[in-house]
Amino acid sequence: MKMIVMVMMMMMMSEGSMIDQTCKQTPDFNLCVSLLNSDPRGSSADISGLALILIDKIKVLATKTLNEINGLYKKRPELKQALDQCSRRYKTILNADVPEAIEAISKGVPKFGEDGVIDAGVEASVCEEGFQGKSPLTSLTKSMQNISSVTRAVVRMLL
Amino acid sequence: MASSDALLPISAREEEPLCPYTKLPDGSRSDPETHPRRRRPYKGLLAVSFGLLLIAFYVALIATQDGSRSNEAANAIDETEKTTSSSRARLAGVSEKSNDGLWKLSGGRNTPAFEWNNSMLSWQRTAFHFQPEENWMNDPNGPLFYKGWYHFFYQYNPNAAVWGDIVWGHAVSRDLIHWVHLPLAMVADQWYDSNGVWTGSATILPDGSIVMLYTGSTDKAVQVQNLAYPEDLNDPLLLKWVKFPGNPVLVPPPGILPKDFRDPTTAWKTPEGKWRITIGSKINKTGISLVYDTTDFKTYEKLDSLLHGVPNTGMWECVDFYPVSKTARNGLDTSVNGPDVKHIVKASMDDTRFDHYAVGTYFESNGTWIPDDPTIDVGMSSSLRYDYGKFYASKTFYDQNKGRRILWSWIGESDSEASDVQKGWSSLQGIPRTVSLDTKTGKNLVQSPVEEIKSLRLSSKKFDLELSPGSVVPVDVGTATQLDIEAEFEIKKESLDKFFGDASVVAEAEEFSCEKNGAGSTVRNALGPFGFSVLATESLSEQTPVYFYIAKGKDSKLKTFFCTDTSRSSVANDVIKPIYGSVVPVLKGEKLTMRILVDHSIVEAFGQGGRTCITSRVYPTTAIYGAAKLFLFNNALDATVTASFKVWQMNSAFIHPYSEEAVRALTRT
Repeated sequence: MKMIVMVMMMMMMSEGSMIDQTCKQTPDFNLCVSLLNSDPRGSSADISGLALILIDKIKVLATKTLNEINGLYKKRPELKQALDQCSRRYKTILNADVPEAIEAISKGVPKFGEDGVIDAGVEASVCEEGFQGKSPLTSLTKSMQNISSVTRAVVRMLL
Repeated sequence: MASSDALLPISAREEEPLCPYTKLPDGSRSDPETHPRRRRPYKGLLAVSFGLLLIAFYVALIATQDGSRSNEAANAIDETEKTTSSSRARLAGVSEKSNDGLWKLSGGRNTPAFEWNNSMLSWQRTAFHFQPEENWMNDPNGPLFYKGWYHFFYQYNPNAAVWGDIVWGHAVSRDLIHWVHLPLAMVADQWYDSNGVWTGSATILPDGSIVMLYTGSTDKAVQVQNLAYPEDLNDPLLLKWVKFPGNPVLVPPPGILPKDFRDPTTAWKTPEGKWRITIGSKINKTGISLVYDTTDFKTYEKLDSLLHGVPNTGMWECVDFYPVSKTARNGLDTSVNGPDVKHIVKASMDDTRFDHYAVGTYFESNGTWIPDDPTIDVGMSSSLRYDYGKFYASKTFYDQNKGRRILWSWIGESDSEASDVQKGWSSLQGIPRTVSLDTKTGKNLVQSPVEEIKSLRLSSKKFDLELSPGSVVPVDVGTATQLDIEAEFEIKKESLDKFFGDASVVAEAEEFSCEKNGAGSTVRNALGPFGFSVLATESLSEQTPVYFYIAKGKDSKLKTFFCTDTSRSSVANDVIKPIYGSVVPVLKGEKLTMRILVDHSIVEAFGQGGRTCITSRVYPTTAIYGAAKLFLFNNALDATVTASFKVWQMNSAFIHPYSEEAVRALTRT
């Protein structure tokens, strides 16, 4: 009986620590854990699965940011040029980076996934720079940069 | 008997097969899913209550160690960064340390916001490098020469300018320079390659027929090896390919994960008269190369031994294995062996995106290979690379037409994917290079663009200049976006004598490297840097220097470095601008020589006859079209350098889009 209990205790501990162990190797442990725990698939996913969850978060954030950008055209018409640039950049994240990363990780060639994930961070940064210090998107940009860093670290574990 | 099952221990019942693929005798496949890397633990009511207690304890544990773990994580990333220097983000000046969200792009706050326009982007397309009409390309596949035509196949995405939906593109050429695009050779139309028709190699059999082995990603995303061959060997254009109905011919063996098994090589003959191939893989972090023998390319025996393996190098992609002559510069058929022959093992390192090779000895009796110098074994950070710039997934083939070994390589983009999507394409192939052993050093390969590229040379200008210290000299050649430059440099004897005699000159050769030296070509030292600056504006607001840098070693011996500095190649803030390069062997009595091919957004540089090669991608915003110029410079503090060089204008290769009439015309020739 004691043996069974002990084995079960060990199983419980090891189940929680997959996310833990993975997130330990990323630049932002807390962010990583909160993103993965917020997804029901997180608790039973392998590293590929965790990477795909994070890429999904990138997709969700990019969609949210694109909506924000669309809303800003009316509120801040003077920012049109920068908003156009940002719109293109975030559409790239959604239409190029995310699908590329999903396909690459699902098929076991993570290096193309890494490229897509890094690019998501670059596109967000470039969009931000376009406002030359007066960006209305700064916190969204930072979120994308952070999620991109964390996701990249997880994808690299698959190489 | 049914009752015996009940007596099996739980673990055996739940056991996943080690080999996730079993091939049924009728040729169809069973279909276990690729096993997850971790199993779900069994949960019971008892476990839950204990679990809650443990979770509470565990959470308390995490909470108190939070700070230190984040630091560990950041440090872990730093460690990784040291070894994976071509991080796209880091090299764009973007920091990885995101704890405080510090992402500073090159340019900084006060530079005007930069935007690409179509004129800048369309300039980037090359004039004489192989590229499809649009969309994404990556690895070279199955290059071969057959019935008067050079064939080139490649990983291609017909749907987008990023990697995905991969199929085999195809093109042919008489001379490796002037290409005609053909229809796709193979598409993802079978269960065993429905998720990707990936990289492979051709073997030409003694009777002249061709077999193609390639990796398929199956409908369950398992990597397998498949056999294909031309439908009609009488068609010199090899337009149609047939896949062997018994595919796959190889599945991941026990002990190898289903996604670590790809890129089969050209086959070579064994002493028993069988064919032998090698396939890259990994076990944990050890990169390895598996060996298989076959008589018919349909059934294989796996050797127990590996061709080779090196710890801590990660997955070996696109392994290549071939003989080189110790005494002559000509190429050798892949099956050649003998006392005057060394063997090269090359692999593309998934972890770092570098191609590494080593020179060594092949033991044909047991199919193993050892490097001549184990301190620079394949994949180690110190080991030799074909090219110190942007260059990956390379593959050689023996050109029986001209008796040479030719090297192809995928040259990816260094810009943002938004630009790739906007311009509608991504990636190039390097100009095919002949590759052979450096008969003078015996320790490294030398590469040179194929002779046929000279057919693109138009007008030329010859120069003999003396460059005083600190000089920057415009070289008037007219348009400077498509050039072939051959140059020889010599440091004046008086300057050299002075350098050797000067005790105050610090020995820096041991610490110096092109990329570590952040100032790139702007640093000024006793003996350099000196060289050319290509794709430069009149005001040098954008420029790409290709140069030699000579440092003194502790033993007072000179060490020469060959570098390309792309850090000022463009004012754009969304492109990667590294400084590339390496040491280059210079033997006694040799002058310093370099060759540079400039072709819009690609610069290929060859130092000292191709001992050190550097391919760079550059994306100038103003140093384009007529505004791109050529300069010569000498940043040395004291030394005078003489430069003797010739610059040719290069014609376009007029790579022909696919059309049915073009193909009909070709088949008649």
